Amino acid sequence: MDRSSRPRSRRLAPFVAVAAAAALTLAGCSSGSGGKKAEEEAANPAAGKAGTPRMTVALVTHQAPGDTFWDTVRKGAEAAAAKDNIKLIYSADPNAGNQANYVQNAIDQKVDGIAVTLAKPDAMKGAIAKAEQAGIPVVGLNSGLSDWKKLGLLEFFGQDESVAGEAFGNKLNTTGAKKIVCVIQEQGNVGLTQRCDGVKKTFKGTTETLYVNGTDMPSVKSTITAKLKQDDSVDTVVTLGAPFALTAVQSVGDAGSKAKVATFDLNKELVKAVQKGTIEFAVDQQPYLQGYLAVDSLWLYKNNGNYSGGGEQAVLTGPAFVDKSNVDKVAGFAAKGTR
Amino acid sequence: MSMAQQAEPAVGGSPAAGPKQTDGRTARRPPALRVLARPEVGVFLGAVAVLVFFLITAPPVRDGSSMANILYQSSTIGIMALPVALLMIGGEFDLSSGVAVISSALTASMLSYQLTVNVWTGVIVALIASLAIGAFNGWMVVKTGLPSFLVTLGTFLILQGTNLAVTKLVTGNVATDDISDMDGFDQARKIFASSFDVGGVQVKITVIWWLVFAALATWVLLRTKYGNWVFAVGGNKDSARAVGVPVRFTKITLFMLVGFGAWFVGMHNLFSFNTVQSGEGVGQELIYIAAAVIGGCLLTGGYGSAIGPVFGAFMFGMVQQGIVYAGWNPDWFKAFLGVMLLGAVLINLWVQRTATRR
Repeated sequence: MDRSSRPRSRRLAPFVAVAAAAALTLAGCSSGSGGKKAEEEAANPAAGKAGTPRMTVALVTHQAPGDTFWDTVRKGAEAAAAKDNIKLIYSADPNAGNQANYVQNAIDQKVDGIAVTLAKPDAMKGAIAKAEQAGIPVVGLNSGLSDWKKLGLLEFFGQDESVAGEAFGNKLNTTGAKKIVCVIQEQGNVGLTQRCDGVKKTFKGTTETLYVNGTDMPSVKSTITAKLKQDDSVDTVVTLGAPFALTAVQSVGDAGSKAKVATFDLNKELVKAVQKGTIEFAVDQQPYLQGYLAVDSLWLYKNNGNYSGGGEQAVLTGPAFVDKSNVDKVAGFAAKGTR
Repeated sequence: MSMAQQAEPAVGGSPAAGPKQTDGRTARRPPALRVLARPEVGVFLGAVAVLVFFLITAPPVRDGSSMANILYQSSTIGIMALPVALLMIGGEFDLSSGVAVISSALTASMLSYQLTVNVWTGVIVALIASLAIGAFNGWMVVKTGLPSFLVTLGTFLILQGTNLAVTKLVTGNVATDDISDMDGFDQARKIFASSFDVGGVQVKITVIWWLVFAALATWVLLRTKYGNWVFAVGGNKDSARAVGVPVRFTKITLFMLVGFGAWFVGMHNLFSFNTVQSGEGVGQELIYIAAAVIGGCLLTGGYGSAIGPVFGAFMFGMVQQGIVYAGWNPDWFKAFLGVMLLGAVLINLWVQRTATRR
């Protein structure tokens, strides 16, 4: 019996040692470079505050947990809410059924307006019709450019993924690319597939698709490396999200390839990479603007009866290109996480 | 201890028979069959089959640097598959292992950045945090007697949510800040994420760590008292306790080993990509478990090896990259992966059945 009790006391010793070591390191070693100290004071652009009565708006998206893109949309929405004296309720689920339930939830809370993404329009139909019956104005953002009017939404803010892809393809034609790989980080995602299809449509060279496991970065890295090894005629890697572009740069190095990297969407590390020239260009659909305008438009509708786009046309927030020529202008905003 | 001895890897499937007892039931079986009955032989043959298959169908695989790339992919799975396999031999699961990797990387990154301290501080605190998560899992399992499936499903969800919420709270974003210009980063990168030259081919250091850890795990499993305990608690917990095996200690330390593995892979992610996305890691736990099972570990515990999962992880990496090297239609990618893995498991099963049949 004493055999099992002896290890118990011994077991504690390493913990004490590690804890002590940690305390020492914490006290002694501070970094002379980088870190929080080096970061600029970050603050959302703050406008004045409206004196209109408090209202409540629900923003319901199909965000997957931890996606940098949606984080920026949300920041835009929060900035508009703060300015317009709005209480913002944010909810998200990539599963269309769950997203529809969140819309129902917002109706039950008797909100003054709902902003919703239409990644899977058919699944959202019922919930949106109920909101309209309840007299709640609904606006669309991000995805659903071809469906927002059919579903009776007031207005729409976003970028057509296909149009963005086509613009991307045209831009590639000017860089002299001959063969590209379009890297999709989530197999079966409609928006991502539309982007690659759009690129394929306008790009004059050959386009190939590559699927990677977006939740495992080392795997993304080695899969892109493998593709570049398998086909050394690839001269441009196209990624559909900023983190994957940065990883693709490493893959290009590992594979000893001369391929360039261009991408959809931005984040602050990506802006730095464009400045350094390791990434050719990025197409930006201005997620901050989508969130901001969607919330702000509900305020305008409630307080002044305005329609953006006149209720006929969608308001396009992209595609805007960020490359070496204009990256410095964007860099400051990207560092704050709002571009 | 005699119980633990019997529960050791079933080399022959029959008790060692003396030369006199040759009545047919206890006869020594032919050496070839005895080798075949080792838990890792099936997966070894499967891995060789997959390798040969891709060497034939995908010409780029024959290149040394492609092999280095495949080994790199395998190593990031394999380093985690090792402790997961040991835990499985010890009769438990850990569903939180995939997100635990990201938790560890987030801890190190955010701590170093926010306090502007040497990154090694973050690395050590992350180690403590990872071991603590493992200890918590183990403690919950032995204390409550609940299936580890439920307990670690709980931690899986807790960590997934915490990763996101804390990152958002601390950094204001859902990804951590770039720490590549901070003190100690280059040094840490050398240990966790560098590469070195072997005859003109750049090999990632994780491959070396993977093999070192595998050798260590094999030695512990086959040559130490602790290894016997692992087999014993996985085989039959109650009889193990009856013969004096410290069941609680063994299980908790096994969970902590998984924590250690999560820390190591987390540090690799951090130092090779400079930042960490807080939503990553979900689904990886199943890949680790798959590598261990393909590697010949029984889901029910008490049987398995540390070498098997090495081949299991290699097979996974080989199939995943091989499909790309072969240039097959990527729409079918997941289906190919599934068919190849199922095929591999079947070979594994068939070899084992043939070998242990009398």
